[in-house]
Amino acid sequence: MRKITLLTSALAFSVMTSMSAMAAQTSITLGMQLEPPNLDPTSAAAAAIDEVVYANIFEGLTRYQADGSIVPALAKSWEISDDGLTYTFTLHSGVTFHDGTTMDAEDVKFSLDRARAEDSTNAQKRLFTGIASVDVVNPTTVSITLSNPDGGFITNLAWGDAVIVAPESIDAAANAPVGTGPFKFSRWVQGDRIEIEKNPDYWGEPIALEKATFKFISDPTAAFAAVMAGDIDAFPGYPAPENLPQFEADPRFSVIVGSTEGETILSMNNKSEKLTDVRVRKAIAHAINRQAIIDGAMFGFGTPIGTHFAPHHPDYLDLTGQSAYDPAAAKALLKEAGYSEGLTLSLKLPPPSYARRGGEIIASQLREVGIETEIENLEWAQWLEQVFRGKDFDLSIVSHTEPMDIGIYANPEYYFQYDSAAFQKTIDDLMLATDAGERTALLQSAQRVIADDYVNGYLFQLARTGVANSKIRGLWENSPTQANDLTGVSWSD
Amino acid sequence: MAKHDKSGLGKSASGFKSPTSLWIGGALTSIFVVAALVSFLWTPYSVEALNIGAKLQAPSGTHLFGTDHFGRDIFSMIMVGARVSIAVAIVAVGIGILVGVPLGLLAASRQNSFIDDLVMRSNDLVFAFPSLLIAILITAIFGTSALNAIIAIGIFNIPVFARVTRGSALPIWTLDFILAARVAGKSGLRISLEHILPNILNILIVQGTIQFSLGILAEAGLSYVGLGAQPPTPSWGRMLADSQTMISFAPHLAIFPGVAIIATVLGLNLMGDGLRDLLDPKLRRVR
Repeated sequence: MRKITLLTSALAFSVMTSMSAMAAQTSITLGMQLEPPNLDPTSAAAAAIDEVVYANIFEGLTRYQADGSIVPALAKSWEISDDGLTYTFTLHSGVTFHDGTTMDAEDVKFSLDRARAEDSTNAQKRLFTGIASVDVVNPTTVSITLSNPDGGFITNLAWGDAVIVAPESIDAAANAPVGTGPFKFSRWVQGDRIEIEKNPDYWGEPIALEKATFKFISDPTAAFAAVMAGDIDAFPGYPAPENLPQFEADPRFSVIVGSTEGETILSMNNKSEKLTDVRVRKAIAHAINRQAIIDGAMFGFGTPIGTHFAPHHPDYLDLTGQSAYDPAAAKALLKEAGYSEGLTLSLKLPPPSYARRGGEIIASQLREVGIETEIENLEWAQWLEQVFRGKDFDLSIVSHTEPMDIGIYANPEYYFQYDSAAFQKTIDDLMLATDAGERTALLQSAQRVIADDYVNGYLFQLARTGVANSKIRGLWENSPTQANDLTGVSWSD
Repeated sequence: MAKHDKSGLGKSASGFKSPTSLWIGGALTSIFVVAALVSFLWTPYSVEALNIGAKLQAPSGTHLFGTDHFGRDIFSMIMVGARVSIAVAIVAVGIGILVGVPLGLLAASRQNSFIDDLVMRSNDLVFAFPSLLIAILITAIFGTSALNAIIAIGIFNIPVFARVTRGSALPIWTLDFILAARVAGKSGLRISLEHILPNILNILIVQGTIQFSLGILAEAGLSYVGLGAQPPTPSWGRMLADSQTMISFAPHLAIFPGVAIIATVLGLNLMGDGLRDLLDPKLRRVR
């Protein structure tokens, strides 16, 4: 009898869930591991902000698409002057912000001037440093003059940090963002979820969803339970890759594996006493077995890298061979550097599993060549304070998820403290280069310089591992920028 | 004591006859003590060398308890983990005894004096904080390590031993032979050491086994939240924490450290029960 009751209740349950799925075809609940600290993408660096607002609430002049290409957004079209210095953008007309005010050239000028101002708190100010002036020609035309030609300018404008905001509403954007996007902000239950709803007055292509909820679940076990129970329809940045085979085997779910811009590196403090010697850094690089880290920490998801560059980028150079796994070479280098007795380094790890698990694997690999590590597990706030700002570390593991961020190596103040005049010159040249061939050459030379200097241990490109209800269509597979773009998402029957 | 009829003799709270619970408890505990001791000399596999290719294997002849997500042998990790748990518990209980017992003896010898109040109220203050909270506080200030976990658990043990010592010493102070010793001119210190301590030793031993099992639980709890022994040192609590996302497809990852914690704590508690019955002078007298 008991068996029968169980069976019928299971049947009733499956009927109920399929009914609720049918009724929920215009709303979606997305899981996210981290909650954004606020919702103003123009004043903070947290990736979680853009993962809620990018393309959904806020739009820029241009935007990223799922495949990483840049397409027009609020700008209908643009013309570039022959000297490459003046960009004239024609804006879409009839665009309004969610509060009803119109979006015109004045707002573009306000947004860009605000982002590049002296006292700007924009997290990516470098995107705007090349702008000399922003001029309003007429309400639908704006002209931007650069101080030097910059081949990457259109891409810069597609960043979540370069979205167009209104002077009327920006001060309150941290808690009540007002943009031009197809969704408008509706509610934020702190510590739990953010709800957004369809913007009926959207200027562009209408969207399929009426409502979307971002639910914040930091614990991987809870995330697993929530997805299994159907409380969450999709978890694009699913935190526990070990569970993906189970989802794959379940017809209710589809597993989405794509690429991200996350170069996962064993960062080395180049100013730390023992690591100033390039031979020690080279020894560490040779002591690392990348495939073992990808298999052990990421359960096989990830692509080995040999420099700080995304493998799916056309200008990528595969330099993994230069720092191939070679414990004998590592030992010889250490001996040469005067550490035949071995040495001890600190290894400070932030919370993500790629760091915690990868750290244990790397510690074991380094021990093989005679390097002892003192592992210290840190929370993000501690990591930012001690490692990122305090530079009080020898080794750390972190994934750098911004797109095309090789430029961070040109900043000697950056936390791994790499100071190379040759590299800085390469990046300076790159900023001025507009010719595609020349840019490729410079980007590849930049990749080589940091690989030759063994600045960091280059581990793997973080894979984007997500899980979603198999009826959902249109989620991004890759992650060319930090975003959960819901504009193309719909439910199939 | 006259109330005890024959059949009730030597029965502990758990219902086991005292020798039975002592034996079972002793056997369970000694399994882990032996495992810990052997691990210094030999483990089936190294717990520091990873073998990613052999990860998440189910229990088998080659790996008795299977392997974890890094391909480490879980049996070996349990053995070394026992070492960590037992070492932490021993030192933590040791701190509690070395500091708590003298404090309790002192307080009892100066009953109702200012010193008595000072000692016991400070103990209350420490006791008022949950042990895990103290541990988190200490590790937050001094950093996470097995040593700080030991100190944290040890500090929590001090008031326990101070209270038990004072509480069981007070009635002895009222007995005639203590009066005789005082009349003979012995100092409070000498009376405490020569007469009080031997008479409360059995109570302290029983309390020690109980605190020992609590120490093992506390270590597991601290390691579980990442505040105990740091990797690569294996620890039962961290093994449990690591297994969390994999329970659904590799349950052996959680079962073996879980069983190890339960068995050790159960063993120590049974042993404590048995010891109490065995050492209780009142019961002994009847027997």
